[in-house]
Amino acid sequence: MSIKEDETWLYEISAKHKLIDLNFKEIWRYRDLLILFVKRDIVTVYKQTILGPLWYLIQPLFTSIIFTLVFNNLGNIQTGGVPPFLFNLAGITAWNYFKVCLTGSSNTFRANAGLFGKVYFPRVIMPLSITISNLLKFGIQLFIFIGFYMYYYFAKGFDLGFNNTLILFPIYVMMMALLGLGLGMIISSFTTKYRDLKVLVGFAVSLLMYLSAVPYPLAEAQNKFPDYAFQFVKYNPVTQIIEGFRYMLLNTGSFSWTSVGYTLVVCFVTFLIGLIIFNKTEKSFIDTV
Amino acid sequence: MGVILKIENISKQYRLGMVGTGTLSHDLNRFWAKIRGKEDPYLKVGAVNNRTAKATEEYVWALQDINFEVQEGEVLGIIGKNGAGKSTLLKILSRVTSPTTGTIKTKGRIASLLEVGTGFHPELTGKENIYLNGAILGMTKAEIISKIDEIVEFSGCELYIDTPVKRYSSGMRVRLAFAVAAHLEPDILVIDEVLAVGDAEFQKKAIGKMQDISRSDGRTVLFVSHNMAAVKSLCTRAIVLEDGKIEFEGSTDEVVSHYLKGGAKLFNTKEFDENFENEIFKLEQISVNNSGKEILEPIIESEEIELTTSFRIKSTNPEKYHITYHLINELGEPMFSFSNTQNVPLQTGLNSLCCYFPKGFLQSGQYFLSLLVIENKKKAVFVERDILSFVVVDAGRELGVYMGREPGYIRPNFNWKRRS
Repeated sequence: MSIKEDETWLYEISAKHKLIDLNFKEIWRYRDLLILFVKRDIVTVYKQTILGPLWYLIQPLFTSIIFTLVFNNLGNIQTGGVPPFLFNLAGITAWNYFKVCLTGSSNTFRANAGLFGKVYFPRVIMPLSITISNLLKFGIQLFIFIGFYMYYYFAKGFDLGFNNTLILFPIYVMMMALLGLGLGMIISSFTTKYRDLKVLVGFAVSLLMYLSAVPYPLAEAQNKFPDYAFQFVKYNPVTQIIEGFRYMLLNTGSFSWTSVGYTLVVCFVTFLIGLIIFNKTEKSFIDTV
Repeated sequence: MGVILKIENISKQYRLGMVGTGTLSHDLNRFWAKIRGKEDPYLKVGAVNNRTAKATEEYVWALQDINFEVQEGEVLGIIGKNGAGKSTLLKILSRVTSPTTGTIKTKGRIASLLEVGTGFHPELTGKENIYLNGAILGMTKAEIISKIDEIVEFSGCELYIDTPVKRYSSGMRVRLAFAVAAHLEPDILVIDEVLAVGDAEFQKKAIGKMQDISRSDGRTVLFVSHNMAAVKSLCTRAIVLEDGKIEFEGSTDEVVSHYLKGGAKLFNTKEFDENFENEIFKLEQISVNNSGKEILEPIIESEEIELTTSFRIKSTNPEKYHITYHLINELGEPMFSFSNTQNVPLQTGLNSLCCYFPKGFLQSGQYFLSLLVIENKKKAVFVERDILSFVVVDAGRELGVYMGREPGYIRPNFNWKRRS
């Protein structure tokens, strides 16, 4: 056994690991698996249902109708010349994508403990596949949004202009995915040992929606909320994403490059922190899950 | 050739009991020690992994200081009783969990088969599942595409390949899963008892495939099993794990016989105390062994087996009594009863009776004996169920033959003749 031979080890499994171990190379090696998981998620969800993917449409439509009734008819929230239904639909479509990314990936370790306990692959493939397969769902929901958009534009004669910032659309989608994924991975890592967070996530996510300016514009919050609540809503990155979304699609609300920059940074940092914690947890979570 | 896998000082500590606020305080302590740059305070404690002992500490070492090396192209068997740490070792090797201390260095990719059919989705078709399962096990899509025909053929499920797996019989599912696994091409393959699946025909195929993998392709294999026949025919070297430590290491033959001897101590003989005594009868000892062999040696199915019963009859009318045994198989089904009525009458005082099972009469497996002492052929004066258990083993079979158990419990050598 020479020293030279010792240097040729392909990899080491050991108790100690680097603080930051992002493992992108390994994720790339397993890209086929990622694609297959995405395919599996899409193909199997609505097997043996009659309405199939139509379920994707029913949920945001009904939520929008209820929101319009409660917040706009009853609560008299102003949407700035945009039909309230369309306003709500835009917010909910965006929010939903963030939400499924968050809740889907926050359950990664516990939901897949059986599989993870038997075979190794980079665990991050799982939340990634959830994020990607939900993109399809998001696309379908966006489609229905465009349908209603056309209806209001042509049949009702509303003056709804797209905004130039529409070119930022892919960046917004990416920010939602990164933020949802990052938070989800953090939660997933913490719930392997202590399940407390899981209980929290259940209701916190639905409450967060009301603090993310989904059913109201940020301007309304500024007028009607106490200041600390407004500050929270304003600095909540999800608010910024949803406001930006409505701005580019419906030309309503506020937009500033500073807030885009701020949100982008927050999303990236959250994702990185999530990935680091996740990769650290994956090594031995199976002992405590 | 050369060392492909090196395991150094691998230990794994588990916490006993439940996760609760206690674990949180330990976690905080650990965190605090880490910040100050000190060693994890809980690594110094921990009991030996002995399942039956009463827990005195909160931590247990499932594995302790495991060191071994595996040469390229070697097939290493890992054997040990339930809870000896085999699965923990495999889990660490396959990176499902990480060791508490120590390192594993490898020169090749490790693929593990801790279970066949991991990640099968019932709604997907057989073919879709081949792709999914293959990818989970570490194959690339290109690799699977190039082998898909072979895999389908090997599984023998061609007819059902476009049917959802939930409609498959359990046997078919296992066949399909094994077919995928068998076509993995890692440098090091880690296998956990996957041979115990499928029917005889399929087992033969599976063993053959495993031999191909290790022999002709020169792949390194780590094989964990309870099936001594399979270990004997596949492995070149083996290690025995006991209570989380390597207890014995050597060539397969040495290791298997060492292991079986260790097991025999527990079963094949038993001495009895005053709890097995009444006013008529006192039981002293029962033992089972191959005729002419030591009691500590494993009982082999192809040789005559001797059952010795030592007991005292206190009654002055010993002719009134006889003893009867019930032989029960591992499923708890009584197979038959036998007694000394015909030829050996009992006498007052010590009796030591031998009963002989002819060669090949009992097949490999575990058996239980129940003992009854009968008065006047009608009344049981002493009944003790499952008084002794013993294990009959296979003497080792040739390479490539069926490794599983033949059906049934007896394996007689009948007289065969050719009629001219």
